[in-house]
Amino acid sequence: METDNTKTREKLTDQYPDSNGHFGAFGGRYVGETLMPALLELDEAFKKYGSDPAFIDEFNKLLEHYTGRPTPLFHAKRLSEHLKGAAIYFKREDLAHTGAHKINNTLGQVLLAHFMGKTKVIAETGAGQHGVATATVAALFGLECKVFMGTEDVRRQAPNVKRMGLLGAEVIPVSSGSGTLKDAMNEAMRYWVGAVRDTFYVIGSVAGPHPYPVMVRDFQKVIGIESKRQILKQAGRLPDMLIACVGGGSNAMGLFYPFVDDPMEMVGVEAAGKGIDTEKHAATLGMGTIGVLHGSKSYVLQDENGQIMEAHSISAGLDYPGVGPEHSLFKEIKRVRYESITDEQALEAFYTLSKLEGIIPALESSHAIAQAMIEAPKMKMDDIIIVNLSGRGDKDLGIIFSNLD
Amino acid sequence: MSRITDTFEKLKVKNEKALVGFVTAGDPDIKRSMEIITKMCDAGMDILELGVPFSDPTADGPVIQRSSARAIDQGVTLKDVIAMTKKIRANTDIPIILFSYYNPIHAYGLKTFYDDATRAGADGILIVDLPPEESDEMTSQWPGDELSLIRLVAPTTPAERMKKIANGASGFLYMVSKTGVTGSDGLDNSEISSTYSHLSAASDLPICVGFGISTPEQVAAVANIADGVVIGSAFERTIEDNIDKADLADLLYEQVKACKAATIING
Repeated sequence: METDNTKTREKLTDQYPDSNGHFGAFGGRYVGETLMPALLELDEAFKKYGSDPAFIDEFNKLLEHYTGRPTPLFHAKRLSEHLKGAAIYFKREDLAHTGAHKINNTLGQVLLAHFMGKTKVIAETGAGQHGVATATVAALFGLECKVFMGTEDVRRQAPNVKRMGLLGAEVIPVSSGSGTLKDAMNEAMRYWVGAVRDTFYVIGSVAGPHPYPVMVRDFQKVIGIESKRQILKQAGRLPDMLIACVGGGSNAMGLFYPFVDDPMEMVGVEAAGKGIDTEKHAATLGMGTIGVLHGSKSYVLQDENGQIMEAHSISAGLDYPGVGPEHSLFKEIKRVRYESITDEQALEAFYTLSKLEGIIPALESSHAIAQAMIEAPKMKMDDIIIVNLSGRGDKDLGIIFSNLD
Repeated sequence: MSRITDTFEKLKVKNEKALVGFVTAGDPDIKRSMEIITKMCDAGMDILELGVPFSDPTADGPVIQRSSARAIDQGVTLKDVIAMTKKIRANTDIPIILFSYYNPIHAYGLKTFYDDATRAGADGILIVDLPPEESDEMTSQWPGDELSLIRLVAPTTPAERMKKIANGASGFLYMVSKTGVTGSDGLDNSEISSTYSHLSAASDLPICVGFGISTPEQVAAVANIADGVVIGSAFERTIEDNIDKADLADLLYEQVKACKAATIING
């Protein structure tokens, strides 16, 4: 029989994950038995309320009236002209309430906690953006909130620690390991084991055990859905390239996912720290191997004995030796190209954007901008790149000014 | 008959419950860890749980986190733990259960691990973060059934799920005493009794209870309910508090002896 041209190729978005949260060889639920029933319950609740019109309606209203969505898609003409290449558009997640894309997910998860009748929430945070976003929505719903944060991050992201306090959350400093995001997540998981009966764990990235990677993706995909609508309206066509930074990978997944079955290039940008040829980087997909960390199988930075290594990046939000399992799948099937940008390149992009467009980006987002500065000049003038400007840079001013000294 | 089954049958005849002792392999260093384990076996410990150090022990409280970090600082790897197992096996018939997180086993290689662990004389493996939903990928690579897969059951595990877990388990079942990490306090004997009765209805395997049990009094209370009692953090605390003392292994000997005495059921 001849091939049936009317039958479209099976969509990626329909294939993954399976019912146990496996994205091909990645994902799953690698947790202690105490947490398993809670994850199964969460999976059920997410399925139930995720398709419940009352839940969807409230989520959409909050995204619009509380978060300020849709966030703009901005054509950065001066930067594009400066680079003499493709037209660069920024998805302005930095303009969402609390200053980053993180709030999309925390609204979804805290609303879910509320529908499930949980009265307490916990979260881990690196840069503090997810902590602030969780504390914010917990305040909105009147839930008790504890945020676990590494001591190194408490130091370098001091303004966010103060913000969480103002919002009524308790920040719990974690000094184990390198005192960064990985250690905060370890401690949040330990706390959750003891408090699992009445506490909802709000994970901030597309990492962690199933159903978190799917759930966080679904709450973040509003970024890509809006971008698609906005670029069609502004430019009359789909973009040629999408670029986003990847720590755990939630802002990238949020932008990419609605475009996954469209023919365009996607570039995920990891933190190369002081260089991927040094030991001080966070290029998990670029330099890591497959392992199990924080409840799912994915690429991780580990030694030959399976001990997890410490990551490094100037940006606290990318300073993580793991990555969401769906990104590992996208790497494996080559749907997304993963690159890395050093601390130095990110800083240069940070200054460039501030001066050329009047936008001070987060150091995390600066990695994506730096990659766009490499890609755009290689492309045609009528090509289009959408870069996810995932957060604003106010929280990083301390690091920026101490770096200048 | 496996060494695990044999141990439980012998204890039953003697009207005793099993004292299962956990120590992190290679804490404070491999040589002293071997001395400690030898003394603990001499003191009457029934089953040894040998902890494989891991950088991110998310099910463990601060005491075992620190012990794991000390062993990693000494460069202790899973390969070393298997070598220690071989040495311990040369001197004793005590069942040896390796206690690990999944990543070190995954990095070692699933089949190679089975081959090397069984050859060294290990009897079982307990992997804290490997629930039944994920364990087929490992066991499907095992060429035989010489290694018991010890499964965990928690107070949050519903009765239906207990059956499913018990079906895939062998050796014994490890019942977590309470919701929390290792070494946390707040032991509740009535909660333990309740979980135990649900679990024993779901399985004929011996049931050992662990997490947060430290004193001989607590051992006696739990031994009245279950088939075995697991102590980990309390032994590790002794190691940590006496790390520079020459008689460190003797202190563990005394501690094991006192706990073992509490597993003997009177009357």
